[in-house]
Amino acid sequence: MTPIDYFIHLDNIYLKAIIYVVLAPVLGGLLAGVDRKISARLQSRIGPPILQPFYDVFKLFSKEKIIVNKFQNFNVILFFVFMVFTGSLFFLGGDLLLVIFALTLAGVFFALAGFSVNSPYCHIGAERELIQMMSYDPMIILVAVGMYQVTGTFRVDAIAMYDGPLILYLPGVFLGYLHVLTIKLRKSPFDLAMSAHAHQELVSGLKTEFSGTTLALIEIGHWYENVLLLGIIYLFFAFNSFIGVAAMLVLYFFEIIIDNTYARFKWELTFKSTWLVTALFGAANIIILYYAMQP
Amino acid sequence: METIIFLIIFPAAISLVLLSIPIKSVRRLIAVIANIALIAGTIHLLYGSAGETIRYELENIWIERAMLTLEVALSIYIFYIGIRFRRYLVVLFTLLQLALLVHFEAFATPAVPVAHNLFVDNFSIILALIIGIIGSFICLYAIGYIEEYHERHKESEDNRRFFFFLMYLFLSAMFGIVFSNNLKWIYFFWEITTICSFLLIKYHEDEESIDSAFSALTMNLLGGLAFAAGISYAGVYAGTLELDRLIAEGGAYAVVPAALIAFAGLAKSAQLPFSSWLTKAMVAPTPVSALLHSSTMVKAGVYIIIKVAPALKGTLAAAMLSYIGGLTFLVASFIAISQSNAKKVLAYSTIANLGLVVACAGIGTNEAIWSAILLIVFHAVAKSLMFLCVGLIENKLSSKEIENMDFLIMEMPKVSAAMIIGISGMFLAPFGMLISKWATLKAFIDFNPVMAIILAYGSAATLFFWTKWMGKIITIKYGLKNREKVVSPWEWTTLAVLSFMTIGVCIIFPLLSSALIEPYIIELFGVSPSMDRFNIIIIMIIMLGLLTILPIALMYYAWLDKDYKRVGTYLGGANVDNVRFLGSLGAQRTADIRNYYLDGFFNEKRLFNYGFVAAVFLVILMLGVVVI
Repeated sequence: MTPIDYFIHLDNIYLKAIIYVVLAPVLGGLLAGVDRKISARLQSRIGPPILQPFYDVFKLFSKEKIIVNKFQNFNVILFFVFMVFTGSLFFLGGDLLLVIFALTLAGVFFALAGFSVNSPYCHIGAERELIQMMSYDPMIILVAVGMYQVTGTFRVDAIAMYDGPLILYLPGVFLGYLHVLTIKLRKSPFDLAMSAHAHQELVSGLKTEFSGTTLALIEIGHWYENVLLLGIIYLFFAFNSFIGVAAMLVLYFFEIIIDNTYARFKWELTFKSTWLVTALFGAANIIILYYAMQP
Repeated sequence: METIIFLIIFPAAISLVLLSIPIKSVRRLIAVIANIALIAGTIHLLYGSAGETIRYELENIWIERAMLTLEVALSIYIFYIGIRFRRYLVVLFTLLQLALLVHFEAFATPAVPVAHNLFVDNFSIILALIIGIIGSFICLYAIGYIEEYHERHKESEDNRRFFFFLMYLFLSAMFGIVFSNNLKWIYFFWEITTICSFLLIKYHEDEESIDSAFSALTMNLLGGLAFAAGISYAGVYAGTLELDRLIAEGGAYAVVPAALIAFAGLAKSAQLPFSSWLTKAMVAPTPVSALLHSSTMVKAGVYIIIKVAPALKGTLAAAMLSYIGGLTFLVASFIAISQSNAKKVLAYSTIANLGLVVACAGIGTNEAIWSAILLIVFHAVAKSLMFLCVGLIENKLSSKEIENMDFLIMEMPKVSAAMIIGISGMFLAPFGMLISKWATLKAFIDFNPVMAIILAYGSAATLFFWTKWMGKIITIKYGLKNREKVVSPWEWTTLAVLSFMTIGVCIIFPLLSSALIEPYIIELFGVSPSMDRFNIIIIMIIMLGLLTILPIALMYYAWLDKDYKRVGTYLGGANVDNVRFLGSLGAQRTADIRNYYLDGFFNEKRLFNYGFVAAVFLVILMLGVVVI
């Protein structure tokens, strides 16, 4: 029995939630570190140490508090709280649709943080963040719909314990999910709203005016989010936890490759391509599955 | 039964009183007392209800005669108006309706007995609560609003007594619709709401209002014509004029009248292809938009569709109905993205949500009806709040443009707070609309995955246009003057009550569902869906979390948080001050921030045209399959 199987079969939901809350930022931070290392190697650099993201975040916590207006950090706190809540809800086996709606709630707070500052860079970052949300939202809902069609439930724990290989029923939905995963992980070609890379014309977009502790919270919030997103990948392969873990790692590596080989898209192309992919892969899969599953 | 009759007659009586009293303060006093009585009446109805359908006889030849006389008088009035403004389509529809009516009364009715003229069930109680409580508060708000409206519009004639006459008469008619079992009675009240809507839209009496009013009148008369045809068919072939008997026992003969009445419902609730009248109707004073065009009258359309849909169950017509609803939801949600006029955004969002209700009615499973009723309740509360906020802002800023609402939270903090509650109520977890959308999604998946996909795309669009609006409001800038000092207590009371109601209905939603909606669904289907308790608990946790974190965090930032360094926003390093920067030629420029409207993707005209054609096609199919 692997640790993941052990986790899934834990009966105590509070314990599950606590494990997630403690472990997720560690895993998310390590993932970010590995990500930077591999990216550096792909670009023939040595790259920072694996633990660099943690050093960064700890340093951010000790920075002076610089703000533009008194309430700008308010929405970031809400974003963080609801991101942690969303992840816990997923990992303690809650309703997948509720997880998605809570994720949207967190995302909305994040965008609102950008709006509230009254800075042109933050504002455009927030608008683009919203366009990204509008782009990926249908596909994320279709993931839940597809899983419901196969397993007959929206409960994450029940889906995780489903015996059949979901990936074989939902190949189109999975491909669609991979497409939006690139947006959600804020990888090129879709890193429109905020980006640490030098090629960003919006300074750093949505997070331009955020610094110190607040910026650290944004980072940690995204670590939580990334772990949740990988968790959804796992659900497609949940019939075997080894394959599941392997799939998560391989696909994350794949995302790093994509990140390093693609130039950024404009928002129009991002939006169009995502809705198109959602229709062609996700929606088509779901309609075909509906007729295939009928007696 | 006394309560029902009171609810139908009393507002009408009040409307006549208000029309005849010339003194403003007396009128206000009467209005307040009347509204308290109305709210008490609806609550009394709620407590007195047995939880199941009760039918009442109330046989009286004079009621029938009075209704017929009034109906003919209304027709003559519309005929006159149509001739005067040269809207011959209106004249044609009225003449056809009148002919149908006379023919029917003269030749068919004596043979059709009606056992029960009135009824009450949980669904009509829910609607009565919406009409009674929300309607009353909107009327109170209107007292303050109309004062300012006339100060701003000096050019238009001050007809406010007539205005309030129409508002209360309208409430009467709405109660009539939800309590009548006799189709002829429903039709009578239906026509009154049409006329009220027409007269209220053209209240401003300028060219645009008159045009919009006639657009609404024409489409609703077409719907009314279908309604009348449906009644005649039901009377002649099915041999009954009772709504419940027609649906339950009509069998094959119920299908045609049900489809015709559903058509009338589509027109009334502004579904595609009729949606244009509602967006045009936004020229009306805002309380009218809140009362007629979002929380009640348009709900009468979906109410009647939900009532007649069981007769269509299993036919292609029901499937078409759900597709019309789905299409309307999708198209209206998309168009809302490209709109910068606040009232138009609200109108399109209303049309979209009614589309969802129609789609649910078309699907007609117990889950679908359950979510349809939830949608109606949550939408009525949150959307009327939104309209009233916009009305207030419009009076203060003299503009309905969202782009003029920058920094609203600094200028009008309390109104902004109400608006944020309203917007959250429309699309965010854990508020009502999201709960019902979630239920709707579950109902859709089991029925037809295409509908689920439509919902997925439509809600993504919803997310976009609401959040960018909210973002506009909460943008912060210091040094602005507070502009809400001179808002009348009438308006404050209503905004406060509706804000608390928006939150309140979410908190009492489990109770609302188990006490009112589930018994109704069980009566209809025998089984009722109920939500997983785990999920309800989670929703409550989010709800409580929001309700506690939000004010605490706000207070923390407002008073306790002192240890920070304020800087100006970053403007490419060329700041002059916080909002101005040096341009490339050395000129000072102001950073002016505007929202995205994505007109290239979601152009109103193009999307409407596609939607219109598709919807006409679906409507033809819907009517075609039942007639042949």
